[in-house]
This record gives sequence, structure tokens and C-alpha cells, in this order.
Amino acid sequence: MAHAAEPLNPSADVRTAAGPMVSPLNPLEPLIFELGRAGRSAVAQRPVATVAVELPAALRRRVPPALPQVSELQAVRHYTRLSKLNFSIDTHFYPLGSCTMKYNPRACNRLAMLPGFLGRHPLAPAAQSQGFLACMFELQEILKDVTGMAGVSLTPMAGAQGEFAGVAMIRAYHRARNDLARTEILVPDAAHGTNPATATMLGMTVREIPTNAEGDVDLERLAAVIGPQTAGIMLTNPSTLGVFERSIATIAKLVHDAGGLLYYDGANLNAILGEVRPGDMGFDVIHMNLHKTFSTPHGGGGPGAGAVGVSERLLPFMPIPVVGKTGDAYRWLDEKDLPQTIGRLSAFMGNAGVLLRAYVYARLLGREGMQRVAEFAALNANYLQARLRERGFELAFPTRRATHEFIVTLKRDKQQHELTATDIAKRLLDYGYHAPTVYFPLLVPECLLIEPTETEDKDTLDAFVEALCAIREEARTDIATLKGAPYRMPVRRLDDVRAARQLDIRYVAPAGSAR
Amino acid sequence: MSNTPADLKYAKSHEWVKTLPDGTLLIGITDHAQAALGDLVFVETPKVGRVLAADEACCVVESVKAASDVYAPVAGTVVDANAKLGENPELVNDAPYEAGWLWKLKPANPADVDGLLDAAGYLASLS
Repeated sequence: MAHAAEPLNPSADVRTAAGPMVSPLNPLEPLIFELGRAGRSAVAQRPVATVAVELPAALRRRVPPALPQVSELQAVRHYTRLSKLNFSIDTHFYPLGSCTMKYNPRACNRLAMLPGFLGRHPLAPAAQSQGFLACMFELQEILKDVTGMAGVSLTPMAGAQGEFAGVAMIRAYHRARNDLARTEILVPDAAHGTNPATATMLGMTVREIPTNAEGDVDLERLAAVIGPQTAGIMLTNPSTLGVFERSIATIAKLVHDAGGLLYYDGANLNAILGEVRPGDMGFDVIHMNLHKTFSTPHGGGGPGAGAVGVSERLLPFMPIPVVGKTGDAYRWLDEKDLPQTIGRLSAFMGNAGVLLRAYVYARLLGREGMQRVAEFAALNANYLQARLRERGFELAFPTRRATHEFIVTLKRDKQQHELTATDIAKRLLDYGYHAPTVYFPLLVPECLLIEPTETEDKDTLDAFVEALCAIREEARTDIATLKGAPYRMPVRRLDDVRAARQLDIRYVAPAGSAR
Repeated sequence: MSNTPADLKYAKSHEWVKTLPDGTLLIGITDHAQAALGDLVFVETPKVGRVLAADEACCVVESVKAASDVYAPVAGTVVDANAKLGENPELVNDAPYEAGWLWKLKPANPADVDGLLDAAGYLASLS
């Protein structure tokens, strides 16, 4: 694929793009259904057509399924070509950051796929799973240590389930004390959308707390709504605004004094790993997106792990199973050990493969390495922020130091040159960069949320700054052409409004086709 | 510059309110709000009969950029909702003060409307 193979000359590119232009890349790959011929198949994968005779006739298919009919090599080439259309962390700088994909060391993947792990049956007795259980037990211990919590359950299958488990524990805690009036969860307006959604799923009423101009929680407004109805508060720290919540100690005291608990959304854990511990900030429960902070390739909705950590008072309510250790032997703890548990969240114990990757990553880094992750993530973000400010980009929170990410707002550029966050995102593709997060957080108009992560070198960051400056220059000289970007991708600017309004995602075989 | 009719009342959270001759309130989002959201692709209006508290989130507008709550400017009961938005969410973008209205509310206390912002007050809140 040709994208970043030669240095781009963006201005020349824009000029040629104004006329009819053929993409230098592959034409859009057809669907696999559009390849091949009726009756063609790969012998090794040919479906057996005579199965399931014992099914009642009424339940059987009358028409064979519409499977693609291609040769083995056609299938291989099709998927290889598709993979070459990808923007990925292995090929491009990806300023979406840990939210979508940071670099995941190959060793984590390789070790998690050792045959003993891969072949282990989830129902295998503990006596035959001591190696696996030892890894899980040690992971629990490492996570307790790095977050400052009293206990960890690895069970939740994803961040959303970890959040659910966290608020379910808060609810169980209040119920166990017969404190039934606590039905409100406080959520800052800068929160991830999953926070209010989680609270609502658990039957709580959500109360939004405004953020002040500096990006901190508005303490007066918080104090005004805290009361005997407060079950807890859900906070992300650093917040989605890319700044550290400086009043966290005051917030913790306010909420605890009123009888509420504090929930830590671990989405931005990458920024503070090994440096600051949520337990020390006063949090009672935390979920960790192990897939993002601890090394599992997950972009595009792959498997997750939303391990939860709890303070002393929530220990009895942890989701099961948890791994326990008696003498030298590891075993699953269940209802008998934790009678007040909020229960099971899935059939087994979470996504074993993701947890193993997290374990290997944690062991490879060690305590010092984890600190370096946070330090370099913050250093890279602050370097990029300083460089972009120097070059005239407007920061959403100019008085604040960045954490692992920061926000640029194009409000002024939009007013002066009609340059929007979408335009930059689309044009960046032509320059060989994946776009950063755009239009989130919602509080900042025309924003780019940029998270370089800890593994990028200075040259890459410098080149990214130059690309952003070049795009802004293009906007100033010829915004109309920029509005058509991207030009070097297999497809041009898509009509995302029409795509959303007239959703068309199902393949329908053309009339008269053999399928 | 966005359009902010002088004969309507406004909430800081970007809703407009029009008192109809029968005393019910027509509610929608402002031109400024629709422009900030961008092209809408989905609107979920509150169910008829639902009783709303003031400032209660009761309606969702979703654009290609974001999904946002719309709040009840005053307390009351939902008596009608704009059914056309199901198929044509773009009405909110095209005519936010007319065909793009969201729901009709019977106010619990008609005097509550007086407490809302006038056009000048709303415009001032934007800066």
C-alpha cells in the first residue's frame, strides 16, 4: 500500500485532487460474495451438506445458506488485501491512544498463547489448573498493589461489566446496611457516557455535576446535591478533559462524610499507573480496562477484561469467582467464601486470554516499568501539547498541564476558516496518520482529543505536528478542496449522515444470481 | 448567526418554549443547538402521558457527532410528541422552531414559563 511510502507533498496533492483523480491505492475491495463462481469452493473448507438429519423437518433450512463460493486462494487474497487497507498501530501513528490501541508487546501475546493456557478447559479442576490459577492470583496481587485497593476480582468481561459490578457493589453495600434511601449516583458532566448508563442499569437516579472552566468538578454544586440519598459518585481521574482532578481529596471527604462511596472509572489509568493510586485518593471501587492499559489488541470491539478493585468495606461484595490461596494451593473462591457477593457475571471467570496478557505485561514491566509507562505517556502528551501551542493551536485548558492526553479546540479555526475537527481527521489519513478522537468530550466544541501514548518517539510526534500545521495551512488557502479529503484513500469523504439515516449493512444477492 | 425568535422563551440548556392558545407548551431545541449538534440522525421523544419534573432529561437527539439529552424546561405532562421525527430527524435541523418541534407539554404550573429566559437572556447565556 502506498500511503506513507514516499514523502507526501500535500499541496501538490490537493491541486491534483481538484481535478478527476484516481486513488493511488487499490480500488475498493469487493465483498467476498461478489468474488468467485457458483459451485466453487475450497475443498478443505467445503461444508458438509448432510448433517442434522435428526432435526425435525420443520426446523431444517429449506434453502442452503448463502455462503461465499470462492477458492482457497481467492479467500486468502481477499482477506490479505483487506488487511492492507487497515490503519493499525503496527503501520501508523495512532493518536487515539490507549482508548483504542496502544502498542502491545508481542511477548504478551506469545506467552498468553502457550499451549498449556490455550488448551486448558474452563471446567478443569483446580488441582489441574494450578499454573493458570497462580498467574491469576499474582495478577490480583499486582493490581491491588498498583491501585492501592484491598481486593481485586478479575471476573468482569469488559469495562462496561466492570462498571456494572462496581456500582452493584455500592448498591449491595448500602442495602446490607439497610440504608435503602441511597438511590442517587453523582456523575460529572465530563464523565464517559457509560457512567450514567451503568447507574441507570442498576436502577439508580443520575445527577449530573458541572465542571468549572479549569476542568475540575464544581465543588459548590457538588456540595449542594450531596445528601442522605447519595449512593456514590463516579469519577474518572484524570478526567476525560485530559486533566488531573485536583480537588479529589476534598471530593472524597465530602462524599464519604455524607455516607456515599467513590467509584473510579479506570479508563485513564494509563496516565497514573504506578504514580498515584486510586486507593490513596479515597476511592472505594475501581474498574480497570486491562485490555487497554495492560496490553490486549482490542480495537474494534475485541475481548476485554474489566477487573474491579475494592476498598476494605466492599470486600464481601466482590463478584465471583476470585482466586484464593491456602498454603501453596490456589483455588476458586465462590458463594461459600463470599456469601454477600453480587454474584457471577459470566459462566466462568472472565476472559482468560486477556487476563493472561495483562499478567505477562505487568510482570515484564514490573513496578518501575509501570511508572515509566505513566511518565512517558504524560511526557509525550505534554511535549505534543507544548509544540502545538507554540504553533498556534488553541488548547481547551491552556492553564493546565496535560496528563496522558490533551484537547485542542478548533472553535476559532472554524469561525475564521470553516476548518472543522472532521476536516482535520479526514485529511490526516492522507498524511498517513489515524485521526485522534474528535467531538469528544462533548463539553469542548470542535475538539481533537490527542493521546500519543508512551511508546511514540520524538520524531513521530514532531512529524505529526508538521502534518497538523500543513493541514491548517491548506485550510487557509483552499478550504473547499480540504473539505473533499481524504484523497489518497480507497474511498473519499463519506456521507456519514446518509449512512446513519439509511443504514445499509446487509448483502443482498443480485436477482438471478446462483446463490 | 443563529436565529433566536423574540416571541419564544428559552432554557439555558438550549430548549425553546412556545405557549399555545390552549395553554399547552410546544418545546424544541434552538437553532444554535441544532447547529452545534450537526445533522441529526435519530430523535427519541418522550412518551405521551409521561410526567416530567423541571430539568428532567426526557428526550434524546443524536447527530453524527454526539447523542445529547434534551431537558424539560418546566414541569408538566407530555400531551403530544412529534411523530414525524422518527422518519425525518432532519426536520430539527431544517426548521427547529416549526416542523422540528419535539414535544407538547401541559405545564404543572403555567406561571413557571415566566421564569424562563427571553431571547436576549438566552443569547447572553451563549457568550
